[in-house]
Amino acid sequence: MPSGADPSHITGPFCRDCLTPATAPRCRACGSPRLLKHPQLHELAIAHVDCDAFYASVEKRDDPSLADKPVIVGGGKRGVVSTCCYIARIHGVRSAMPMFKALAACPDAVVIRPDMEKYGRVGREVRRLMLELTPQVEPLSIDEAFMDLTGTEALHRASPAVSLARFARRVECEIGITLSVGLSGNKFLAKIASDLEKPRGFSVIAPSEAMDFLRDRPVSFIWGVGKATQAQLEREGIRTCGQLQTADEAQLMRRYGVLGRRLARLSRGIDDRVVEPDRETKSISAETTFDADISDFPTLEKTLYSLSEKVSGRLKKEGVGGRIVTLKLKTPDFRQLTRARQIGDPTQLADRIRRAAIDLLRREIDGRRFRLIGVGVSDLEPAERCDPPDLVDRDAEKRAKAERAMDQLRGKFGGRAVELGIAYRPDVTEEATPQRDRPMPQRRDNADKPVGGRR
Amino acid sequence: MKVTIERANLVKALTHVHRVVERRNTIPILSNVLIRAVGNELRLKATDLDLEVTESIPAVVETAGGTTVPAHMFHDIVRKLPEGAQIELATRADGATLDIRAGRSRFSLQMLPESDFPDLTAGAFTHTFQVPAAQLKRLIDRTQFAISTEETRYYLNGIFFHAVEAGSDLKFRAVATDGHRLAQADVVAPHGCEGMPGIIVPRKTVGEVQKLIENPDASVTMEVSDSKIRLTFGEVVLTSKLIDGTFPDYGRVIPQGNDKELKVDRDEFSAAVDRVSTVSSERGRAVKLALSEGKLVLSVNNPDSGSATEELAVDYDQDPIDIGFNSRYLMDIASQLETGTAVFRLADAGAPTLISDIGETGALYVLMPMRV
Repeated sequence: MPSGADPSHITGPFCRDCLTPATAPRCRACGSPRLLKHPQLHELAIAHVDCDAFYASVEKRDDPSLADKPVIVGGGKRGVVSTCCYIARIHGVRSAMPMFKALAACPDAVVIRPDMEKYGRVGREVRRLMLELTPQVEPLSIDEAFMDLTGTEALHRASPAVSLARFARRVECEIGITLSVGLSGNKFLAKIASDLEKPRGFSVIAPSEAMDFLRDRPVSFIWGVGKATQAQLEREGIRTCGQLQTADEAQLMRRYGVLGRRLARLSRGIDDRVVEPDRETKSISAETTFDADISDFPTLEKTLYSLSEKVSGRLKKEGVGGRIVTLKLKTPDFRQLTRARQIGDPTQLADRIRRAAIDLLRREIDGRRFRLIGVGVSDLEPAERCDPPDLVDRDAEKRAKAERAMDQLRGKFGGRAVELGIAYRPDVTEEATPQRDRPMPQRRDNADKPVGGRR
Repeated sequence: MKVTIERANLVKALTHVHRVVERRNTIPILSNVLIRAVGNELRLKATDLDLEVTESIPAVVETAGGTTVPAHMFHDIVRKLPEGAQIELATRADGATLDIRAGRSRFSLQMLPESDFPDLTAGAFTHTFQVPAAQLKRLIDRTQFAISTEETRYYLNGIFFHAVEAGSDLKFRAVATDGHRLAQADVVAPHGCEGMPGIIVPRKTVGEVQKLIENPDASVTMEVSDSKIRLTFGEVVLTSKLIDGTFPDYGRVIPQGNDKELKVDRDEFSAAVDRVSTVSSERGRAVKLALSEGKLVLSVNNPDSGSATEELAVDYDQDPIDIGFNSRYLMDIASQLETGTAVFRLADAGAPTLISDIGETGALYVLMPMRV
């Protein structure tokens, strides 16, 4: 790949591969057909960057023998597809598809268990290269982010478009995965653009062409319009963004409230949200999908022990705690239910998270089976405000100390150096305990050691 | 059923019973109030399955019978009828509608059958005694603010009532705590409460009892078993389930050896805490108390907005100490004190602090410090 001329001279169309000015259907310098051409190419500065089939790409990078095979990254025989490579997509595999369906569509696929730690590492490398371009990086997930490159021209001696093309090339050469870039004047259009040419894409939508571009797109294109809103709009005969464009903003607001304003503006490509580099973490959660649907309390309870520890570990690492504990359950027909509980003081202790979660779980146990269980903590506050000493629950302090001691041991000797005894309790299998004989969950016990009081 | 009642009587009774009815109900009958005409009175009853309030009022009964109608709507209708009105209630023959007539006003309400209305079977009570209304009100007033709202610690979601021996006297005691603060209040034990089980009366019930005490000179009949409580205020009878749990051993929480004594004017202190806490953030409401001989400096430091300090002359002659408290909790407790001087007994910056009136009033408060 040629090193390219001084990119500061690029003011018109250019080649994404060698970063030289180019006008012909192919780059004269390197012969690449990947040219970027747009009248406002060098005026736009808001980008959305999204890695292509991220987990699968990382796996293919690390095992070249997978290069020409369909690869699915996902959990267990029961889990769902987290990511699948583009070869698998040709066969109809999609992310979030149940694994058995994916394997039916593409029986030759290589299924790989996700290695989140590795993806996190690669994601951080990509993030580091982003931050070399601008501090205005708003991560949306491990592998995608918004970037605002306004005012970086002098620093990089190149327009945002050229800087982004160079960044995409660096990620390919240095990290070994590909990504797609969407460039526009606001977040909404940038996000739409990045999706247009995947993989290895680079698309530009100028705000001035947004009206034309969006006219025939379905309303579901608009951020915040999910199934419910789509159905509601459908009932009123609105299917496309074009129909919203012709509607009056005040009229839409009268009918749909705040959402109406969003519909009116986004359908016209107007979006004034800024790129926020340090959007706070709002919640921390962990969940697991079972190999077989589970309805019995002891097994679900045991899962909550390890999930609470996971969540607590992350809270401690981030130096925060939260005052709302949420339990998430999914039934075999994929219906999701969440139950939340506010606890008195914010906590980061696995013990308190678990107690609240188990209490919520106990109310849901009625023979229903669940395929997934999760725990989350939200309404976060700094660690200093968490878990203040308690007047009556003296044991809480002891439990907190024990937990912190366990954390230290794990830090020193690894994650499984110490575990709670319950982790070794054998699972109660569905066959072993038929439904009619299954004992009812125990009445909850007090956390505080009772001495006085009733009998 | 056909019956005529004076508006004033019906308003009063509905005001008492309708509060029990939750505004949102998944079980339709729980939105209703039961009315039953019998002899020469009308009986009303409302429940949320944990708490039940009944009341009887004089009425002219033409045809005896009973039904249920939406409680809040019925209350609103009766409340808006002109004063002095005679209200006629009559069920239609179709069994589905209640007609309400007063003067030229006509209403009809949909009914649900009386037989569907749940009954909070009280069972047998083991202890019965009379408490002067003023004393019961005092026990509730002093402790109610400290009740925990944390559902996970359901056994703290009420006031713990029990009989306790203090020296040679028997006291009737109320205790509530949320883990941050604890409030305890005593009155002379009423005759008949000896040996009663310790009971945890739920927050909602406590609130209703407080509102039902209209005449402090009256006396309230309390009946107690280990799962229910019944209080009778004249024509009004409240029956409630108790919280099925064990109240923690609060005696261990009350510090005995705190030797640093501070005396401060209650109103000055409360006003100063209120002033300095103006700059505190919504969440971190810590106020720092820096004590030295004869002097108390209150301060709040909020990195997001600013800081405030205020100095008070106090009665204190021990070693200097710095300690932090939640400002709202300090003001809550100050507002409960009955004497003009507040007495703080402190140990150190991390230990529970005892707050009380000067002299013996039978009430004391424990407050956990905050890190500042």
